[in-house]
Amino acid sequence: MTLSTNSRLDDEDRPIWPEAGSSRVPSAVYTDPAVYARELERIFYGPHWSYVGLEIEVPEPGCFKRTAVGERSVIMIRNRKGEINVLENRCAHRAMRFCQERTGQVKTLVCPYHQWNYNYDGKLLGVPFRNGVNGNGGMPEDFELESRALNRLQVAVRNGVVFASFDESVESLDDYIGPEILAAFDRTFDGRKLVLHGYSRQRIPGNWKLMMENIKDPYHPGLLHTWFVTFGLWRADNQSRLEVDRHGRHAAMISRKSDVVKGNVAEGVTSFRKNMTLNDPLLLDIVHEPWWGQDTVCMTTIFPSVILQQQVNSLSTRQILPLGPDKFDFIWTHFGFEDDDDEMTERRLRQANLFGPAGFVSADDGEVIEFSQEGFEQDKDFTTLCELGGRDVGPADHMVTETLIRGMYQYWREVMEL
Amino acid sequence: MTVDLDTRQQIVELNAAYAACLDDGRYDEWPAFFVDDGWYRIVARENYERGLPLSILSLKGVPMMKDRIYGISSTIFHAPYYQTHIIGPSIITAGDDGQYNVASSYVVYRTKRDMTPDVLSVGKFLDVVDRRDGKFKFRRKFCIFDNDTIPNSIIYPI
Repeated sequence: MTLSTNSRLDDEDRPIWPEAGSSRVPSAVYTDPAVYARELERIFYGPHWSYVGLEIEVPEPGCFKRTAVGERSVIMIRNRKGEINVLENRCAHRAMRFCQERTGQVKTLVCPYHQWNYNYDGKLLGVPFRNGVNGNGGMPEDFELESRALNRLQVAVRNGVVFASFDESVESLDDYIGPEILAAFDRTFDGRKLVLHGYSRQRIPGNWKLMMENIKDPYHPGLLHTWFVTFGLWRADNQSRLEVDRHGRHAAMISRKSDVVKGNVAEGVTSFRKNMTLNDPLLLDIVHEPWWGQDTVCMTTIFPSVILQQQVNSLSTRQILPLGPDKFDFIWTHFGFEDDDDEMTERRLRQANLFGPAGFVSADDGEVIEFSQEGFEQDKDFTTLCELGGRDVGPADHMVTETLIRGMYQYWREVMEL
Repeated sequence: MTVDLDTRQQIVELNAAYAACLDDGRYDEWPAFFVDDGWYRIVARENYERGLPLSILSLKGVPMMKDRIYGISSTIFHAPYYQTHIIGPSIITAGDDGQYNVASSYVVYRTKRDMTPDVLSVGKFLDVVDRRDGKFKFRRKFCIFDNDTIPNSIIYPI
């Protein structure tokens, strides 16, 4: 029997994505509940790595952080050997999502409902009344603690960044990210000790892929974001390159800010403000860091769950947690490095004003995603047009292309068989 | 140390004028509620209580506040909305150098066009109020918000 929610996916007369290629994305890809259910199953719970956090968030044994992979709540916890485990937040007894705090440090993980008790590896240590009380009740004789551990995910840590997967068949993290994008990853995360600055969280009423698209789209920053185009941080005429992995699923947009902004990029870019100056230039007090090389920005998308941001002195990871086809949580974790002096920490925090839910630049992105979703909902027969720079997929040495979006959908169609 | 009734009354009026300025959308007048080197900060309670320094907005000094106002009116693309502030009774204590520490709970409703209102932010203002030449201004205004999963975005000051 086919589930009714899947009927649309199997309807050969009315396919979700009738056209070939990946440059014209139909509305249903963003709105259809059956498409979304398959995404959870094949992408978020399938053989893909999802970002769960930074190692520094759980500095000692028993320190935990609650987060999620797809919609499934998980706990990242450090064990006594110093290793990181990711355990599903679902008691093996009656399914309670027992961990409700965001972070903390515990001696053992206890489900308060019936006090089932687990160690940092998810192993069940004991259950109350196992042998009964005064000869009454108790668990059956064939009950084994070993048979009821917490669900333990595959875990990979690279230079302090933690990924997890529900699928045992997932390839190694290095192979998953691939050499093209590992270089962008290691640029920021080269093993230096990180320092946690804090979190920003926003719930964006749009499909989760729209956020991935946003950071695979070098076309918009120099148009939508006045600050980027006016102050030269991101412009179509800046020297840039786009990298993409062999599957087309991950990408990096790398660019150099202009030292001198001469004028408009091209006729008619209305976001450029010729005479705009800051009342307080400290907002853009950019200090070059040796590890950048010549590039001042590197935005990396690791499909499906995280964006790694280096935009001048501001550093963050941005985690995507889908909540249905039309909503996702977007969690920013800002950080610096252990060897930052106070001045650099202050600078990173000041430049954080550009990003996040109130950011001078990034607040726009949440807004346009919301309005895109509204457009897809109102016209279910619509298809997008992502054909800037052609219809193919591959790296580029400029920003005037939507090739990275096409890359993601090329991969998405393979995995989704749609 | 007790705070005299006249001072209390002036601080109550400062809060009322502050809320009215934002609720009326008179954003250009907003920086004038601060002393020149005042600090305005919107910070998640989660970060504040854990001693994590990140804010969603941290503006030090009136010039930076003016840049924000230019941003919300001219550079940040966003859906327009109204704000309504409800500020609770303040706990007022005298601090150093003629300053007052003022803590007040707040709720800010956001009403977008064609929509029913929603709660944009709920939390506490932790303020330091300065009296200069008989005029009360904020030396510090920290908006510590409880609802740390923000409904998409916060554009205007709260």
